[in-house]
This record gives sequence, structure tokens and C-alpha cells, in this order.
Amino acid sequence: MAYKEIIAKFAGIPGGMIESYHAIQDEYSYLPEEAIIEAARVFSVPTAEAYGVATFYSYFSVKARGKNVIRICESAPCHIAGAADVVSALERELGINMGSSTADGRFALEFTECVGQCQATPVITINSKPYFDVTAAKVADILAEYK
Amino acid sequence: MAEEMRIVLRNYGKIDPLKIEDYIALGGYGALKKALSTEKTALINEIKKSNLRGRGGAGFNCGQKWSFAYAAQADQKYVVCNADEGEPGTYKDRLIMENDPQTLIEGMAICAYAIGATKGYIYCRGEYPQVVKILRAAIAQAKEKGLLEDFDLEVRMGAGAYVCGEETALIESIEGNRGEPRFKPPYPPVEGLWQKPTIVNNVETFAAIPLIVEKGAEWFASIGAPSYPGTKVVTLTGDINNRTFFEVPTTTTIREVIYELGGGIPADKKFKAVQIGGTSGAFIPESQLDTPIAFDAMAAIDATLGSGAVFVLDESRDLVDVTTRIAKFFEHESCGKCAPCREGTMRMFDLMEKIKHGEGSSADVALLNKLGRVMSYSCLCGLGQAAPSPVLSTIKHFSADYNAKFV
Repeated sequence: MAYKEIIAKFAGIPGGMIESYHAIQDEYSYLPEEAIIEAARVFSVPTAEAYGVATFYSYFSVKARGKNVIRICESAPCHIAGAADVVSALERELGINMGSSTADGRFALEFTECVGQCQATPVITINSKPYFDVTAAKVADILAEYK
Repeated sequence: MAEEMRIVLRNYGKIDPLKIEDYIALGGYGALKKALSTEKTALINEIKKSNLRGRGGAGFNCGQKWSFAYAAQADQKYVVCNADEGEPGTYKDRLIMENDPQTLIEGMAICAYAIGATKGYIYCRGEYPQVVKILRAAIAQAKEKGLLEDFDLEVRMGAGAYVCGEETALIESIEGNRGEPRFKPPYPPVEGLWQKPTIVNNVETFAAIPLIVEKGAEWFASIGAPSYPGTKVVTLTGDINNRTFFEVPTTTTIREVIYELGGGIPADKKFKAVQIGGTSGAFIPESQLDTPIAFDAMAAIDATLGSGAVFVLDESRDLVDVTTRIAKFFEHESCGKCAPCREGTMRMFDLMEKIKHGEGSSADVALLNKLGRVMSYSCLCGLGQAAPSPVLSTIKHFSADYNAKFV
């Protein structure tokens, strides 16, 4: 669905801009500049404000990124459970650094804070689906699900 | 022997969360029915008398909060559930919402009736899209059965901002804005969402409401610590054998949680420290483990109950490294609205990094102490006020760990 149609669905909802951003990201994996300008128009706020909302929240990206967003929790419980090893394994496996996307546009690699699945640390999420007790050895198999 | 007592998780594992019939079969929505036939002030007084205090961390008397919103004159009032559970090591609200969403909805509907609200929001964190789906399905079922009458309830999803757990930042986010905290007063029960009287309560607080209405204030007030009655859901992480959750009466001590329910430290290692209440909580040494998991008892040892997260570290852990990671968390999550937090969290992280890398001295620790004290009383909201707590408490109780890092 085009971003204009997506935003139009939320037009009448008070405070609906954030909801529309979620819906755009579901489709595009990020918030294209034109979509933010359109949201500003529809929700009658200055473009700067719409952009300010988009950049405030860490789950929104104003830059194009890979389709499958991999997030690695680096909060204290995951930190001591060995999140750093998982980070190295993911970077090695995908051939990219944290904060970037693969050249084929398939994966984006991001840090996140606690995702609330602390019964099985370290935790990563791919498109918000959590993977538990992740080790460096498990990384290749997990990624294979998305290749 | 410490034992579990399940109030907010009473239906955990007993019902299909997506079948409202299961919830009703176990007595669900009986409390709402009873509430609707009770006079509003009597209902609020009953909640007040139960001495239920907010489970989000601030510990305010729930009934008293409701009475402010009840007394406020307005053409529209709102009930908001804070489900933006962002404290690292915490997943209690997810447990409630995933396993028994109707108990939250029923608690909110009771509040709506009591204060005279017809519209409510559940603000669920963006990390839990699966929970958002469950909540939306549960609300649809309750509406279809006509149980919510004129109470309209909607779910809004956050997008990864820890500060939105602060109630006025959460309100800003529902309004579609950047989640920056407001100046208080006015407090939300007087002027909240869209400037209207608004009750914001935590998931765990709302989940306790139906049973309090059903069994009465006296029953609830008699459980656990008299000044903070009821139960608390604790989630155990770190160096602990049972990395799981428990719901315990608030007289249960930290030691009981770690060694009895939690099964102690793995591989026969010794205990080093425990951080209670999430990443903004204080680190607690062995000598204070007999403190009960209750609001005032924790405050008495300069710690906080917070979200009830229990993060255990064994003797092999580098406390300065862990505290540095936590300082980075606050540097990242500070919203930047007020200078003491925006600058303070950054400086705090800088100083911790310096010490961690063996480039610090006792002068840096003195500076951290001073900075932390200033932040704790000058930051605009709870985020900045609590951010120094892990640093200050580790300096206080584990100074040897810092000294060992000096040049």
C-alpha cells in the first residue's frame, strides 16, 4: 500500500501520527521523507514536528534499512549473559557492522535496550520476534530462517 | 519457607487468554458487576482502604489517586494503563497481559466507572507487538459481550522510548507527540491526556483491582507488609539458578527470593550484589538481603522496589563494567528535555568509562557522587532522578571495586 493511503487510514484518530508511522514501517521498514511530509500535512503539524516525532523513538528509522530488522538487546541482564559475543557473530555472519544494513537490503543490524524477554538471555529479535538464549553458534541457523 | 501467592497472576496457565469465556467461567467480570452496583465514592473508599499502592514504581495510594480524578469536574475523563514496561530485567506486565488480558481490562473498566470516564487507552510498549494483538482481541471480545457498556478502550503502541514509562511522557506519546515529560503540577488526575482528568496506573495495579473489589479491602490489606500490602511480581535475571518469575507477598525478603525461590547462585559461586527494581535501582550488598520486597522497606535502605526486577551478580562479575553499561543506557534513553539529565547522564557515562578503562582516580568517584546527588534532585522526571542510583549505590557499597580500577 502506498504511504498516502496508509496515513489516510489514521487521519481521523486523535494522536494517530505515531500509529500511522508504525503502519508505514510495517510496509517500508523505515519512514521515507515523503511519508513524514505527508503525515505532517494530514495531522496539521509543522513538518519539523512530524520529523521530530519520527526521530524521537528508536524503533522508527528515517533512513532506509534492511527488510528484516535484527535487534540485539544490550541491557544489563543480556550484557552479562554474553550479548557481545552474539554481536560479533552477527556482524561476522552478515559481513556488516552494527547500525548498518546488508547490501542486498535483506537485513538491518541494530542495538536495542531491554525487550522484556529476560527469562532467557541473551535475546535478539528479528522483526520483533524474540529468539532466546542466543549464542554465537546459534546465529547462522537463526538467520537461515530469513534467507 | 517463602511461598508464592498469586493475585495478579491468579489465572496464569489456567485459561486461554483469547477466550473470554474461560475468564468468565473463573468468576471474571463478577467484580465489575459488583462495582457497577456500588456507589462511586464507596467504591473508591474501598480501594483506598485496601491500601493498594501503585505497582509502577512510585507507590502512590491507588484509591487516593482515583479520588482526585473523581472530584475533578470535566466533560471528559480518561483511564490510561501504563504498559510501557521498559525497565531492563522486567517482564511482569507482559506475563499478565499475555496470560490474562481480561483481568487488566476489567480493572480498567472498574476505574472508568469509579472516576466517571468513558474512554481508556492501554499504552503498550513497541517491543511487545504480540501483546498488542492479544489485547486488541481481548477488548473486542469484551465489547462483543457488552461487558464494557459505554467504556471505549483502545490500545496504542509505543516505539522504543524508555522515558515513555513516565506518565506524562506516556500521555504526550498517546497524543502523538515526542514522549517528553511535562512539568508537574498539574498532575494527570487533574490535567492529563488532552488536558482532561486522567488516571494512569500500571498493569499490575489494575490487575489487582478485580480481586480487591470481589474479596474486599480488608482481605487485601491483610496480605504482606501493612504499609504496602498485597503481592509483588518479581522477575529473576542474572546469576541465578531459576531465571523465572514469582508472585510473592510483600513481606518476602530479598534473601528468600534469591536463595529459596530463585534456587541460589549457579556453580556454587558466592553472591556479590543484587539490583532490585530494574536498571534504575540501587545495587544491594549481602548485608541487606533480609530487607522485604516492599516499598518502604526498600526505601529505608536507600534502594527502590521499582518494577520488582531482581538482577543478581556473582563474585566473578565486574561491577564497574556492569554499572558502566547501565550508565550508557541512561545516556541513550535521556529524552534531552532538561539539562541536568541530558548533560548529567552523558558525563556520568564518560566518567564510568574512564574508570572502567583504568584511567580514573578517586577524584572521578568524588565527582560522580556530586553529579549524582545534583541529578537526583534537579532532573525534571524520574528517569534523571533515578539514573544516578546504580552508580551511587555501587560507590557506597562496593568502593573496593572502584579502587581496584584506579591507576
